[in-house]
Amino acid sequence: MKIIISNQSKTPIYEQIHTQIKEQIISNDLKPGHHLPSMRQLAKDLNVSLITSKRAYEELEKNGFIYSVVGKGSFVSDQNEEMIKEGKMKGIEEQLLAAIQNSKDIGISLKELQELLTILYKEED
Amino acid sequence: MENQNVIELRHVSKSFDGFFIEDFSLDVKKGFVTGFIGGNGVGKSTTIKMIMNLLQPDSGSVSVFGLDYENHEKEIKQRIGFVFDESVFYENLTLAELKEIVKRAYVKWDDSLFYDYVNKFNLPLNKKIKTFSKGMAIKASLTIALSHHAELIVMDEPTSGLDPIFRRELLEILHQLLQDGDTTIFFSTHITTDLDSIADYITFIHDGEHIFTKDLYQIEEEYAIVKGGLELLDQDTEQEFIATRKTAYGFEALTSNKRKAEEVFGEMALIEAPTLEDIMYYTKKGAVPHVQLNT
Repeated sequence: MKIIISNQSKTPIYEQIHTQIKEQIISNDLKPGHHLPSMRQLAKDLNVSLITSKRAYEELEKNGFIYSVVGKGSFVSDQNEEMIKEGKMKGIEEQLLAAIQNSKDIGISLKELQELLTILYKEED
Repeated sequence: MENQNVIELRHVSKSFDGFFIEDFSLDVKKGFVTGFIGGNGVGKSTTIKMIMNLLQPDSGSVSVFGLDYENHEKEIKQRIGFVFDESVFYENLTLAELKEIVKRAYVKWDDSLFYDYVNKFNLPLNKKIKTFSKGMAIKASLTIALSHHAELIVMDEPTSGLDPIFRRELLEILHQLLQDGDTTIFFSTHITTDLDSIADYITFIHDGEHIFTKDLYQIEEEYAIVKGGLELLDQDTEQEFIATRKTAYGFEALTSNKRKAEEVFGEMALIEAPTLEDIMYYTKKGAVPHVQLNT
């Protein structure tokens, strides 16, 4: 698990932690059943208050990304369809962004790019 | 996590010459860190002394671990580690001599823990405490406070005499203490940046009055600094603020109703997250001064 916290960011720290763990679950870097560190351990390691790690875990649990077992700790949940879709959407977005950047670099307009996308999309059918 | 209170003050009042704490109630939650903030002379040390039973309230009640001091003083004191800002040790003793005296008072005293901290803090065992620098004296005080497996650590301005490196190390030690989930930490400070990485709850006292106890995110959600041109201010808008600072160029104000400020000012004003210092400054500025008791 990788978590980098910015103290200068306007995004609250609990949200930064929440987003980063969520992304790693969606991308399957953190697999279902993975045992997460305790809230207290995470707070200590990241040098944040306990209430910060607690809130990050609560949000993850509320959204179904993790579950906790009393006395055992928190684990990554089996991912549902929607989460997998969200993860894949993100991948598509990144690929499209790269295509847009490449197009801009050589002066291809939005319209030309849309046309190209439409042709390619239909060819696949 | 349990929602138990380790410290409970109920309607506590205490008055001295020209100063009073009135109807002060406070809960400190088990397993968390509560930072106690307020300016100088607003009642922080007095409150801490009442929590430690070094002062008794004129009225109201103090309970620690659900026990009262009248019947359970010894038991309560066994379970608290206390760090002062001023040295209360016998200054002519060495740390080794002091240890021999203090250890007899605590059932759970742990020599190996004591020597761990002495090594960690690089403290001399055989020099008289009066030769210690302020930083060393606080480290010695911490060492004593942490060597008997206390469940509650109460500290009065522990970071005030410390350099930034040791302040950080102290925060790491506190994080370590919190790992078991049973240790509760309550400490006063006016170095508010120390609180960012450790405090879960902030208790703010001003002029002997408990202004609030909130978790850090609640503060972020409720309070805001509003900045804008003077044309935005009229009696109605100004009333929404705790206090306003006006200059020829514009105004800056603190609100405890961030959502309303966003509705009223929208894009016209700049709305930012306040620091704890902002909250302390504007609360003092906006407060109606207390009527003195003995005039």
